[in-house]
Amino acid sequence: MTLIVENLTIDHGAIRAINSVSFTVPTGNLAAVIGANGAGKTTLLRGLSGLKDIKSGRATWNDESIVGKRPENLARSGIMHVSDGKSVIAELTVKENLALTGLWRKDKKDVAAATEEVVSLFPILGERMSQSGGSLSGGERQMLAIGRALVARPKLLLLDEPSLGLAPLIIDQIFNTIRKFVTTMNLTVVLVEQNAMGALAIADEGVVLNLGSVVAVDSAENLLKDPAVRTAYLGY
Amino acid sequence: MLKLTPSKKRTLFFIAIGWALLLIGDRIGELRQYQGSFVAMYSLAIASIILLTGYSGQLSLGHSALMAVGAYAGALSINNLHLHPAIALVIATFVAGVFGLLLGFGVARLSGPYLAGTTLALAVSLPTLANQFPILGGEQGVVFDVGLPPARFGENFSQYKWFFWISTLAVLIMLWLISNFVSSRYGRTFRAIRDNETAAALAGLNTGRLKVLAFAISSGMAGLAGGLLVMLISGVSPSAFPLSLSFSLLTGAVVTGVYSLRGVMLGGLVLVAIPEIADSLVTRIGGSEGFTATLPGFLVSALLILAVLFAPNGPGTLLHSFKKHN
Amino acid sequence: MIKLITAILTALTTGAIYALMSTALVLVWRSTRIINFAQAGQAVLSTYIGYEITVRTGSFWIGVVAAMIFGALLGAVIDRFFMRPIFKRIQSGPILMIAPVVATLGLLGIIQSIIGFKWGLTYQSLAAPVSTDGYTLFDRVIAFSPFNLLVVVFATVSMLLLTLLFQKTNIGLALRASAHSPEIARLSGIKVDFIRTLGWALAGAAGGLAGMLYIPSSYLYPNAMDVLLVFGFVAAVIGGLESLFGAVAGAMILGFAISFATSYVSEKLVFPMAFIMLIVVLLIRPAGLFSKKKSRRD
Repeated sequence: MTLIVENLTIDHGAIRAINSVSFTVPTGNLAAVIGANGAGKTTLLRGLSGLKDIKSGRATWNDESIVGKRPENLARSGIMHVSDGKSVIAELTVKENLALTGLWRKDKKDVAAATEEVVSLFPILGERMSQSGGSLSGGERQMLAIGRALVARPKLLLLDEPSLGLAPLIIDQIFNTIRKFVTTMNLTVVLVEQNAMGALAIADEGVVLNLGSVVAVDSAENLLKDPAVRTAYLGY
Repeated sequence: MLKLTPSKKRTLFFIAIGWALLLIGDRIGELRQYQGSFVAMYSLAIASIILLTGYSGQLSLGHSALMAVGAYAGALSINNLHLHPAIALVIATFVAGVFGLLLGFGVARLSGPYLAGTTLALAVSLPTLANQFPILGGEQGVVFDVGLPPARFGENFSQYKWFFWISTLAVLIMLWLISNFVSSRYGRTFRAIRDNETAAALAGLNTGRLKVLAFAISSGMAGLAGGLLVMLISGVSPSAFPLSLSFSLLTGAVVTGVYSLRGVMLGGLVLVAIPEIADSLVTRIGGSEGFTATLPGFLVSALLILAVLFAPNGPGTLLHSFKKHN
Repeated sequence: MIKLITAILTALTTGAIYALMSTALVLVWRSTRIINFAQAGQAVLSTYIGYEITVRTGSFWIGVVAAMIFGALLGAVIDRFFMRPIFKRIQSGPILMIAPVVATLGLLGIIQSIIGFKWGLTYQSLAAPVSTDGYTLFDRVIAFSPFNLLVVVFATVSMLLLTLLFQKTNIGLALRASAHSPEIARLSGIKVDFIRTLGWALAGAAGGLAGMLYIPSSYLYPNAMDVLLVFGFVAAVIGGLESLFGAVAGAMILGFAISFATSYVSEKLVFPMAFIMLIVVLLIRPAGLFSKKKSRRD
């Protein structure tokens, strides 16, 4: 099960947001997509999850094309997109938020088991089960959003800037947790981040985007050592 | 040589149209004269919607009520205050305008469905007020009589021709005033608000006040149209202003789309033509009384939906302006 | 004392009907973000169907069920085959947010025309299943009949069932999630389009029930529910368009305001009262009295 993206092009109105982007993420790998604001990272994820129309190019997951499919169908086939802005429904409780990805699944026992696992991964959620999503802190909401995706037992996880707006300590916590469950659950992950350092530190490979085009694709280790990348995105 | 400024050009244009219409009026039969009066009246009413909706971005479903306000004001001036019919029409315009001003204050902050719903409430409830106050004549309504044409026009000058002259003249004068207004500085500020209210406000325009002004002017136009309507049917009653009238006007405005004299006449023609088309359809297909009575409304609604669905980039200016506004 | 009791009972009855209409409007608003003006037509058409069934079977209750089923189907069909194509066109053309509202107005006219074609414009009467004569209280006949009681009971039961559906079932959770955030719902695998159609179906059923409960005390003709649409809208705005609770609360507030105004001040105040309440709420708290938001989400 590999994610193959080939010459993907996405338009945002009159702007070419993603320009012929290509990269591959082998099964079980974590790919960090980094780049400045406006580089098109979010658009890329939205294209992959079906929220945004793809103008041209290919994207396959598990040898099946994911272009032109509806988001809910892609979600049901194991592709979970945790969108930015803390995609938690504030008016629903934590418990209800977690339940959303299991509503359509027939194996309710497994849904319950998956929910248990998520709660043990993020214990704070267990304490706040009946509180509204809106009452959680930023970090807690991020955990809830990721947790909700994990309840669906996804195979491909698309994470959009999980560190946005969070305190450094929490960011570390979240990144470590992501690395942990990627390994234990054998997930394939595309991690979009402005926090290039943190993302590359836990990633297997990295894709650097600038103004919609791929600037570099390499192993995370190499990118961390690359002077150009370091100056542009890592600040040293 | 005379310098032809845009405003002078416009005035000449209106005078020319007026002359042409009066000449045409002489040639057509009484039925067409009568229908022509309705075309003029509807054109004015549609223009009032276009001004409000297309120019200041506010969707109103209550213009039937505003027409009613003008109509009743006019009727009462003739019957109870014994004023001259011409003055009555002016009063109709003015009273409706003031009403619209007050209403505009109330709804200036609303948008989209809230404004539509509120004006809908107005359209449904206002005519029933006539039943509450005896002076308004209840269900039967009151008479609106502009009197016979002046003797000096001769014996061949029929009542219908008189109606035609009055409506055409009134509508032309009003539209001329409005088109001057629209081309003026005020018109430009309206369009600025319609296209991007936030930007306009940031640019220092008092958007609230201008929207209220638009409402007042639009209501005045509708009031005059209301006065003309009841002149043509010789009486005003609540049943002359059903909710379906608001819908017809909206349809006419959507079909018209363009902001020119030609434009609104098209809408007016459509609205008058529909009952005719309905009649001929009924003669051909045949149908019950219910069918005959319902067909015009059906055609109007179908036209509205079709216009909305297929309002092409051309006559879709009305809706186009909405998109920018919203 | 009698006057007070009567006023309260009348308020409950009218409020119950308003609640059904406002619920229908809120259901569609939350799922589609438009005010469905065609609701008046849908409700009255459903009532005509219910009327026909009642006449043929001799049972009012079968008629109610028929009206609700028809209302649900009609609502679903309208969303699936009318509204969805219109929204699709909006993406492409120079058309805008107001087009769907205007379209529902056109649809209202079409539905009422269809009724006119089939049944004509004459007023029909729908007989109530129980007496519409007022109860006797303290030796006086009050303006509250067994039928009114039925209306209140039925409306209450329906609202309770609907609340249960929304709060305690998976479908209800899907409905709520789709209303709050269609995008998050989609990403969670919820078929949002189907859910939206379901919302329209529920709204249609509510409208059909409202019609069957209202018409026996009035007459059945194509425009019979127009006024109720207006009251339902006012009630929904008062309560804030964001929740079922708001819809019901707004309806009750409106019902009580109108009832007390007409009982204690003047009979003629029905419409003015509604209009005043509408304007007041829109001026003071535009988001509605029970909404958690500060301004309207439109």
